[in-house]
Amino acid sequence: MATGSQDSPRHEKFVTGIVGVGLSDVERTVPADEAPPLAPNAQLSQIGKPTPRWNGRAKVTGAVRFTADIALPGMLHGRFLRSPLPHARIRAVDTSAAERHPGVRAVLVLLGPNGAGGATSVSAEEDVEATRRNEQPIALYAGAAVAAVAAISEQAADEAVRLIKVQYEPLPFVVDMDDARAAGAPVVYETLDVQPGFGASGLVSPGLTLKGNVRGPAGDARGDVAAGLVAAEVVVEGEYRTQVQTHCCLEPHGIVADWRADGLTVHISTQFTAGVRAELARAFGLPLGRVRVIAEAIGGGFGSKSQLGYYGHAAVALSRKAQAPVRLVLERHEEQVDSGYRPATWQRLRIGAARDGTLAAMSLLSYGTAGTAIGAGVGNIAQRMYTCANFDESHYDVFINAGPGCAMRGPGNVPGAFALEQAIDELAEKLGIDPVALRDRIDASPVRREERRIGAERMGWSTRHPAGAETGTIKTGLGMAQSLWGANVQVNSACEVRVLRDGSVEVRSSVQDIGTGTGTIIAQVVAEEFGLRAEDIVIRIGDTDFPAGAPSSGSRTAASMTPPARNAAYQVCRQLFALVAPALGTTADDLQARDGRIVSRRDPARAMTFHDAAASMRTGQIAVVASRGEDYAGFRGRRGDMGFALNDLGGVQFAAVSVDTETGLVRVKRVVAVHDCGRPINPAQIESQVQGGILQGLGYALLEERVFDRQTGLIVNADLEQYKLPGALEVPAIEVHLIENYQGFSATDVYGIAEPSNIATAPAIANAIYNALGLRLRTLPMNRAAILTALAAGKN
Amino acid sequence: MAMNRFEWASARTAAEGAASGATTVADAMLPVPGGPPGQAVVLKAGGIDLLDLMKEGLLAPRRLVDLRAIAGLDAIAQESDGGLRIGALASLQQVAEHPLIADRARALAEAAGGSASPQIRHVATIGGNLLQRPRCWYFRSIAHRCLRKGGGKCFAVHGENQYHAIFANEVCAVVHPSTAATALVALGARIEIVNAGGDVRRPLLDEFFVAPETDVQRENDLKEGEVVTAVLLPAPAAATTSAHMRQSDKQAFDWPIADVAVVLERDADGRCSKASVVLGAAAPVPRRARATEEMLVGEMIDEKLAREAGHAALEASTPLARNHYKQPIFAALVARVLLRAAGQG
Repeated sequence: MATGSQDSPRHEKFVTGIVGVGLSDVERTVPADEAPPLAPNAQLSQIGKPTPRWNGRAKVTGAVRFTADIALPGMLHGRFLRSPLPHARIRAVDTSAAERHPGVRAVLVLLGPNGAGGATSVSAEEDVEATRRNEQPIALYAGAAVAAVAAISEQAADEAVRLIKVQYEPLPFVVDMDDARAAGAPVVYETLDVQPGFGASGLVSPGLTLKGNVRGPAGDARGDVAAGLVAAEVVVEGEYRTQVQTHCCLEPHGIVADWRADGLTVHISTQFTAGVRAELARAFGLPLGRVRVIAEAIGGGFGSKSQLGYYGHAAVALSRKAQAPVRLVLERHEEQVDSGYRPATWQRLRIGAARDGTLAAMSLLSYGTAGTAIGAGVGNIAQRMYTCANFDESHYDVFINAGPGCAMRGPGNVPGAFALEQAIDELAEKLGIDPVALRDRIDASPVRREERRIGAERMGWSTRHPAGAETGTIKTGLGMAQSLWGANVQVNSACEVRVLRDGSVEVRSSVQDIGTGTGTIIAQVVAEEFGLRAEDIVIRIGDTDFPAGAPSSGSRTAASMTPPARNAAYQVCRQLFALVAPALGTTADDLQARDGRIVSRRDPARAMTFHDAAASMRTGQIAVVASRGEDYAGFRGRRGDMGFALNDLGGVQFAAVSVDTETGLVRVKRVVAVHDCGRPINPAQIESQVQGGILQGLGYALLEERVFDRQTGLIVNADLEQYKLPGALEVPAIEVHLIENYQGFSATDVYGIAEPSNIATAPAIANAIYNALGLRLRTLPMNRAAILTALAAGKN
Repeated sequence: MAMNRFEWASARTAAEGAASGATTVADAMLPVPGGPPGQAVVLKAGGIDLLDLMKEGLLAPRRLVDLRAIAGLDAIAQESDGGLRIGALASLQQVAEHPLIADRARALAEAAGGSASPQIRHVATIGGNLLQRPRCWYFRSIAHRCLRKGGGKCFAVHGENQYHAIFANEVCAVVHPSTAATALVALGARIEIVNAGGDVRRPLLDEFFVAPETDVQRENDLKEGEVVTAVLLPAPAAATTSAHMRQSDKQAFDWPIADVAVVLERDADGRCSKASVVLGAAAPVPRRARATEEMLVGEMIDEKLAREAGHAALEASTPLARNHYKQPIFAALVARVLLRAAGQG
């Protein structure tokens, strides 16, 4: 379908650099079928302009359908039986009474080789087989799924769950990371077979030692840290603790699975339709073409909806067994107990520097717990943000009897930044250098340098007082911190653009819009190419019957989807130009599309409307599928379908706080956030996403915390009443400033924003609290108890 | 979990509600030895707490008797003796906005107006608010069979007690959930209760509440077949002022960590002649800070005295492992509310 793909690549000049700092030309090699360089935003009509969300009206009017809104004829309701104990051997499961319930259509026992819960089961049938073999699996945490039922109503499903008899043999348990590290602690895993892959906070390595509940160390090193520390003139060292943060997607995890003889269709709240399709095909032995995954609307996803999940797996198995569609939507309690979370960490960070601020050495020791899951590390922010020749880190995973953690918005780097950015702040004070000025010396990124300059100016950084300088009950403070995140790309992301004879333009891809506005930016990019308006473009996404799109994770969706969207539109345009050029008495190369018309460059009088051009097509449509491919300047690395771009994503945030020293109440008054995502496509949506990242960071900083009862091993705040998310009155004045940073890396030069916006907030607030009080809070959340305890102790 | 199926009935009069066979929510939540579960009839006003309990599976009534259709039970009016009668079905929003309450009982207006969220304040009733069950996360967890639910232990005393009582917490460490109650106790309010026989009793709210030492399974002495019909505020003495403030993790839609109501009577030269200082979210029932009240009488209220009063309010406090931080908050809050009630805050 693509034209010209056999032509040789072109050499093109790209305008690169940061707008306002300096632009220069760079030559890149561009594949023949890709669009020519895109002008800076100032010269464009759709790209870079605040544009209403493509599905905004449908959302606010309730017309859009989320997974829980899907109702299929004959649909059953799925429900889990969950372990009431944090650690127990399951001696027997008797489902006979549940199966006799008149409303029940299917019952499954979910007991994998490693324990209860689909997280470890390979297929529901194997689970059943394991039970038949009378193996006695272990429930590793309270809330682990033991069985699932499908029934004709929610009430019948609840009743049936209560009819399942399970014989548990309670085992000793541990739900606290410090307790789990102690000698003699109850052991979660006797042995563990770890495959390489992604854990809760990044890559995990096989082959590490498991001793008690502690697995590791994983680590990295460069240079000579010991020598660096000896040479250092100033050293700061601190221990930092970060808590568990749950995703709290407004829309819970949910699926409607419809197993039929001719194939499987699932509606699912997911961050990756194409990935879920591949998982389903693999798990249930179906050809990809017989599996269809649909996600019409998604109410948020921060990492926990990137896979099929045990719930998805169970729903499909129930549908297959019952021969009917099954809806399975988690309740809020289940969300909080068993849908993943950001792991808790303990970090000891030591940084040595010369008097002028030059970093001499950095050493990081960390422990983290993702419950029963692997990979609770603290990211790569300490390793990569600042220039430091001597660096080492050791990380240990600690297992506890809690549900598995998983990736959550900026995994690793969010807890990592809390330690690093406070340590740099502390170092700056010890050196007597302003924290912004110190970073100008040790941070090589020109993007963050500009972001610091803008942020400091907007925040009024020069008015910042010395730490703890204010008297009075309410003290104010300013702080800042930086984020670092990779610029990721899904290289096989594809979409189709087609023009129909009535002049309508449609974009089709399996890519999902999880609330970030992916559909809108695709429409803007395509509209720009066709000389139309974003609202003229019909967006059809979230369905694997369309070309496979990117996952909405790793801040890669915009970077992955906008280039193929533009390139497909470019190719369709070229075909259309070729078609109408004779009628206009010119050549295709002479034509351009703008303002709803196709116009000759040489003689603007030669023109026709886009509508008339489409009407003249010989066939019903012109359609082109394009896919992402590599960045023009190559990648820093590749892992499977994921490429790591040469650039990093920056972001600098400044926070202004007030602290009531009598009541411990911290109010964040103002946040200035300066961010880079390459070329901004829709500033309104980016601003919204940055605001969301800041609020999630604010909750992490001050309020949110999963609370385990150590007596029973149960979570006592598994709801949104006692698990405290920021509310309307916690929202500070947020000012978002975007850098336009052109690099000539792709047809759109777009990179992500989701994760960078979440990483710097908590340390910026912590540094502001330090500035207010002269006391450093090294444990999250920085709630009233923490503030008042620190004030009472009166020291660091 | 889906709510259980239940019958719905509507009472047209308070007497009809009292005669409906309803038991108290506290009794309906206790396990019935040997009997079939889920047979209780319970009364429903706004239904805010009731639905929470039902959705959590803590309460599974056979029948709800809705009181909302009872005519006139939401009226707020002055009585012939100068007191105020607040109908039990008056919403928290009505209470917060009523000019008579704002004028005479600012502490109550502030307590009601700061509760929950705007949506809930428009539905929750003052009667239901006073009768709601505690928010202790162990009490609200079906998996924890605590003393208050007929089980064998208080999990909070040696558990996660950051939001729990710092006074009188030896038996059961819940805090009373009603913020309005803090203000009403300080204002010397009575609660009006009728039974099916038409008998009316009007105990002081302070005496209506029940401490765990007396009965750990209920927060008040409402009896089977009784309906709360009104809250009665006595006519205030001349030169009475009041105030209420709270401290919460979140500035809206959150339960208080601490709340304090102060009612002051002052003589002609401005000296305090009588003081009521009540601490909410401090103990299983609203707690009078008697030492504070006593030290204020005969004094001019100023910042120094307010601070001393704040510290005195902590007398006899017995914080648990994780809630020591509530002590300085109460000390500060007592001082602030005192100054506010005295027109200096």
